[in-house]
Amino acid sequence: MHDHDHDDHEHDHGHGHSHLEPIEARVKALESILVEKGYVEPAAIDALIDTYETEVGPRNGARVVARAWTDPAFRDALAADATAGIASMGFVGRQGEHMVAVFNTPDEHHLVVCTLCSCYPWPVLGLPPTWYKSAPYRARAVMDPRGVLAEFGVTLPETTAIRVWDSTAEVRYLVVPMRPEGTDGLDVEGLSDLVTRDSMIGTGLARAPGAARGEGAR
Amino acid sequence: MNGAQDLGGMHGFGPVVREADEPLFHAPWERRAFGVTLAMGATGSWTLDASRHARESLPPAEYLAASYYEIWAKGLERLVVAAGLVGADELAAGRALRPGARLARVLSAEAVPAALARGGPTDRETAAPPRFAVGDRVRTRVINPVGHTRLPRYARGKTGEIVLHHGAHVFPDTNAHGKGEAPQHLYTVRFAGRELWGEGADPTLSVSIDAWESYLDAA
Repeated sequence: MHDHDHDDHEHDHGHGHSHLEPIEARVKALESILVEKGYVEPAAIDALIDTYETEVGPRNGARVVARAWTDPAFRDALAADATAGIASMGFVGRQGEHMVAVFNTPDEHHLVVCTLCSCYPWPVLGLPPTWYKSAPYRARAVMDPRGVLAEFGVTLPETTAIRVWDSTAEVRYLVVPMRPEGTDGLDVEGLSDLVTRDSMIGTGLARAPGAARGEGAR
Repeated sequence: MNGAQDLGGMHGFGPVVREADEPLFHAPWERRAFGVTLAMGATGSWTLDASRHARESLPPAEYLAASYYEIWAKGLERLVVAAGLVGADELAAGRALRPGARLARVLSAEAVPAALARGGPTDRETAAPPRFAVGDRVRTRVINPVGHTRLPRYARGKTGEIVLHHGAHVFPDTNAHGKGEAPQHLYTVRFAGRELWGEGADPTLSVSIDAWESYLDAA
């Protein structure tokens, strides 16, 4: 029975290395070896996971964008030195050491990708969604961005130029989407609710006030 | 290296698939693979560039068939073995067979917030003046190094314009291989879509990469 299960598993995940354990057991073994050898502390691993599961996420970036919409001096500071501007709001550190903010306009739409791996601005957006790290997105964002955008339900005017930023170094890009119409009465908190994660990657637009969450809330 | 990680411009992968609830991790082992990779990175036993190279060195068929954290886990196995911290026999046995080496640092839970806040800035001082300035036309070199590089295939031998200068940054092509940080000026270079993809490309498209100075010649 055990052997049978094992064989099935290797069938499902048999991408070479069939002589080794399935990935779940393999990761468990790797961690326990590293712990036994005194290289890692399980509590530190827990703390790392917890940070990105519960503390750091796209609400950080949404607050940056909403402030850029409402505070012209901050917007200028963000354009001049995004690392410092974002740090002034307390968002710093790993995978956000060198930030550049790019601003969408009616004439120009920005889209961010990492074709070579999965570079992404963690302090403002958290960990990337799986699609951002996936082969289809990495392959096509640089060649057929309008096709990719269509799959996200975004159709831009033909007159809007598309600028794709391939994050090939340690510079991380944050898209500042356009502020939706009809939001004059909203405060920064209300505005930040309209700033979706995808709008800060460039695969989405900021939500219109009153629009349903769900798809667009990403 | 011309590995499977260099995906820009490939066909055949189908549409971008978005998950309904977009879990950060799809199984408990993905969480652990993420955490243990970061914790080992914090020991300073290798550089971020070396860890990227370990992942992209997976055979292409294996890389493309693997899930994201599977690539991380397999990359970490290669790193600990290459660094002499774990024996291949220990990986095969699934347990430690010898005491561990002494590491410069071991990350504690208490040290996690500060370590993440510090991050790993890659900007460096250099005495070398920049060869290029914003607005300059440049051509990327045609190179095919067997080692690590961050110049994607689709952007080799292409003419573009410098749009940002980031100062000098650690050079991954050497740093990934223990050959030093060898900082170079780093630029964002913007190419017309048609320069990259030909006449059929979206005429409104431009694509930029971040390119180290030695990737570039004046055009």
